[in-house]
Amino acid sequence: MTTDKAIQVTGLTKRFGDFTAVDNITFDVDRGEIFGFLGANGAGKTTAMKMLCGLSTPTAGQGTVAGCDIMTGAEAIKRRIGYMSQRFSLYEELTVDENLHLFATIYGMSRREICDKTASIYRSLDMESMKNLLVKKLPGGWKQKLAFAAATIHSPDIVFLDEPTGGVDPVARRRFWELIYEASSRGMTIFVTTHYLDEAEYCNRISIMVDGRIAALGSPAWLKETYNATTIDEVFRKIATNTTKP
Amino acid sequence: MQGIEINNLTVKWGDVTALDGVTLSVPAGSLFGLIGPDGAGKSTLYRVLTTLRRPDGGHATVAGLDVVRDVRAIRCRVGYMPQTFSLYPDLTVNENLQFFASIFGVEVKDNYDLIAPIFDQLARFPNRRAGALSGGMKQKLALGCALIHRPEVLLLDEPTTGVDAVSRSEFWDMLSTLRAHGITILVSTSYMDEAARCERVALINHGHILGVDTPGGLVGRLDETIYNASAREMYPLLETLRCQPQVERCYTFGATLHVVARPGFNPAEVTRRLVASGLHDVVIAPTTGDIEDLFIKLDTDDHR
Repeated sequence: MTTDKAIQVTGLTKRFGDFTAVDNITFDVDRGEIFGFLGANGAGKTTAMKMLCGLSTPTAGQGTVAGCDIMTGAEAIKRRIGYMSQRFSLYEELTVDENLHLFATIYGMSRREICDKTASIYRSLDMESMKNLLVKKLPGGWKQKLAFAAATIHSPDIVFLDEPTGGVDPVARRRFWELIYEASSRGMTIFVTTHYLDEAEYCNRISIMVDGRIAALGSPAWLKETYNATTIDEVFRKIATNTTKP
Repeated sequence: MQGIEINNLTVKWGDVTALDGVTLSVPAGSLFGLIGPDGAGKSTLYRVLTTLRRPDGGHATVAGLDVVRDVRAIRCRVGYMPQTFSLYPDLTVNENLQFFASIFGVEVKDNYDLIAPIFDQLARFPNRRAGALSGGMKQKLALGCALIHRPEVLLLDEPTTGVDAVSRSEFWDMLSTLRAHGITILVSTSYMDEAARCERVALINHGHILGVDTPGGLVGRLDETIYNASAREMYPLLETLRCQPQVERCYTFGATLHVVARPGFNPAEVTRRLVASGLHDVVIAPTTGDIEDLFIKLDTDDHR
């Protein structure tokens, strides 16, 4: 990579007809950073994330994701990132092992690499005994961890996590964040959305989107000081209140 | 008016016991919270109370009606919001509301006063398809549809999962208003800050009720010494604290860590040790726990 930035975008915009979902956003994310991407429902987070992942072509703007051009390098971007969402991340009707093999094969890993990587995943997650279980039979907390392992099996530069802990209990949420810390300490860039604002405190920096724009961006400590608040929850309420979108 | 009475309720799915002798009393007109991890049995309990699943043992009444004998009567008296969005995504806001009203044989205008505070915002998009609404608006529409027949008891299964903090807060303001109308509300959640807005809370795990009390009463049961800990390097701090012999548990808690101390824990001494191991700006100060700390304690005890 030619830059120390994992993500660098300028004037990123997406319009659907006369509706501007993402309105001229400019920001960057350092390599190895945990970047929290917050906003109310309907603020434009998902649309922005789709553009960053190479799933949607921006209407305007420029920049790079994992060193690849956001306007012309969608396919290259997809190979260099991982993606996990709360809504879909694993095939319930496949076993643990089949899921990992499927993801690894899609990312073009060799048989040798796949064997090494899956073995190390089973070791670190203590899942050796579960590898032949159907994913739908796994307890909730394990699914989350496995989904993260599948999304990062190809050692991507950046992993995008879209509400990875939605509806998950406090204990399992914390276990999941420890996986995030651990991946970040190995140099992986983490781009994460969440509605649990205590989790936002664990990010290096946070952006808060309102009506398609980035209304605030900074470290949790800086945001709390700037908005004269004691928690990110309070900051969020001050910034995101009084905006109503259908 | 009567609330919900649950007596020794047992439900099995194959060889899995989802509810194992649950006994619980939800007083009429109360706002009652049900808190537990995934797989604790919350949704199964809702399925029994809405007559969608017959219990394998025990019994339950909702608004004074038996969940096995009075199936039809109960369905007219309860409003239910299941965990997954279950309105018709291809129908508009108004069409969904009309549909649910007609199923219950009422006119939208009959009970509109009850849902007016919720529909204020939605009324501006009457012809938008439900599937195209944002998460917060979907929840408001679902709540409106669950209330259109003016139920006595409202059963809400994780209504705010995936909903942003501002919309969640508005949603809970509405629940307080509905309670003032005398409606009994049983609501499950995975957000601990929401538990504090209930009059009483039941903690559930592995199909058992672990405790029922006011939010304050539950926190009062937390007989542990808890400290806040922070440093410039938070993840190494977490790992190092967990290796200290006088630390029972250590976990992230917003901007700081919570350290549950064993007897003999000396903050000054531990701070010195952490600084010596290369951490910067180490601060350890006493704090008080809340429902989230209690949940973590009960969950840990449960896994021993």
